[in-house]
Amino acid sequence: MIRAALLWLLSALPALAAGEDIVAGLSQNRVSITADFEGSEILIYGAVRRTAPAPPGALHVIITVEGPSTPITVRKKDRTAGIWINRESVQIASAPSFYAIATTGHLRDILTETENLRHQITIPRAIRAVGISQQAENAPEFLDALVRVRAAEGRYRLNERSVQFTQGTLFRSDVVLPANLTEGLYVVRIFLTRDGQVVDRIERQINVRKEGLERFLFNMSRDQPLIYGLLSLLIAVIAGYGASAAFRLMKR
Amino acid sequence: MQIFLPIADISVNLFLLLGIGGVVGFLSGLFGVGGGFLITPLLFFIGIPPTIAVATGANQVVASSVSGVLAQVKRKAVDFPMGFVLLAGGLVGSAGGVWFFARLTAAGQVDLFVQLSYVLFLGLIGLTMFWESVVALRRANRPGGPIRRSHTHNWVHGLPFKMKFRASGLYISVLPPLAVGALVGFLAAIMGVGGGFIMVPAMIYLLGMPTKVVIGTSLFQIIFVTAFTTLMHAVTANTVDMMLAVLLILGGVIGAQIGAQVSGRLKAEQLRILLSLLVLGVAAKIALDLLLRPSELYTITPGLLP
Repeated sequence: MIRAALLWLLSALPALAAGEDIVAGLSQNRVSITADFEGSEILIYGAVRRTAPAPPGALHVIITVEGPSTPITVRKKDRTAGIWINRESVQIASAPSFYAIATTGHLRDILTETENLRHQITIPRAIRAVGISQQAENAPEFLDALVRVRAAEGRYRLNERSVQFTQGTLFRSDVVLPANLTEGLYVVRIFLTRDGQVVDRIERQINVRKEGLERFLFNMSRDQPLIYGLLSLLIAVIAGYGASAAFRLMKR
Repeated sequence: MQIFLPIADISVNLFLLLGIGGVVGFLSGLFGVGGGFLITPLLFFIGIPPTIAVATGANQVVASSVSGVLAQVKRKAVDFPMGFVLLAGGLVGSAGGVWFFARLTAAGQVDLFVQLSYVLFLGLIGLTMFWESVVALRRANRPGGPIRRSHTHNWVHGLPFKMKFRASGLYISVLPPLAVGALVGFLAAIMGVGGGFIMVPAMIYLLGMPTKVVIGTSLFQIIFVTAFTTLMHAVTANTVDMMLAVLLILGGVIGAQIGAQVSGRLKAEQLRILLSLLVLGVAAKIALDLLLRPSELYTITPGLLP
């Protein structure tokens, strides 16, 4: 019976052929952006399951969390007539709004370039910039700038060696989601590597959504812009009238 | 305490926003201006995207103008026919401004244009006001100097389409008020301001209106122009952040009332010198941002160019 199940598993998952796979979970699979949202911390935990004795070579884990992607325009300021003006621009087809990597070791040691290409793990790989070289003289600089600016905003993060194995097979990682979060589906990927080769990978999702008043205002501003605008004005008029009325009362 | 702004998509300190609203409201009560020219740059400084700062700033000006105009109506210091003529020009200017703003956003030059407008207009107005007040102070200290005539005839009075404005005691062509209204409406849409700081001098020096009706009439028409601007931005670009507006307004209306109290205890010339220094300070800060090499040359905007 056990042997039959094992055989089935072996044929079903090629990764299992190596005898190792990941089991993992998230502390939460949805994040609500409410009015007092100050960012969120998500615990990602897991273990390596072995069906055979561990093969030689060091085992490593790479965890990536990727926010929804959008097209991006990167502009560069240049000095013109004494003032700094946006001049050249490069359009990038798709860049994630958030991207965090946590690993057990240095990426260059635990992941080969071929595997990186296949699974698109590192930050430059997560950005899809096709045909940008025709758009500006030194297009790669624009790409570097995108990564630099987003890293400074806390949107792109590389935390090498921030994940530790306990008892050889258990691992955990805390991913901090910043307060300026874009809503959408966040994809968590966990890779297991040995000798730079990806042995197994799994994917989980976190649903980030505006909730309550945030959701209501955002939807109304998009679906009913005229009513939304009128309501904004009504609030302004009432507040203005209320203030002068209250002030008159206080004076008496 | 942080608060997440649903349209701007960023989290900002609640008390910082109330404070900005309060300080600007205080100054607006003190000096009798809308305060838009301060609130919009302050929102830039704390990282609110320019398009949202401009649209939401306009919404805030509506509240402070309503608060201000009610007191003026009581004093019968609003020239309604003049207000409507200015308004007619203002709506045209505002519609043009919103359209122009959208084009600039698409071209990636909106920040530059908004900043240049601020430097130019605040610089000019600040200098003029400062000079006027210094001259007035000197004259007050040295009696017997020449007295300025309040009503002089100039080229403005030769234009056609004349109309009577009883409250202002004027019989002039409707063309100059229309043009002034249109200019102010245009600026309101682009700079997120009411334009009182341009409107008031234009009414006094260009149209020759008596000072007692100037502030009320200017506030009256600013309400409608900024309301129209807010609505246009909300509909065309979804850039009005109601949460942000409510917090600014809340701080603003309270600050304005305190400011109005304090203003009664200061001399008019001293007030105007203070205001002009403030205006010049804002202009200088924005000018420096344009002239000095920015620490990051690259900027990132989600979305593609059309």
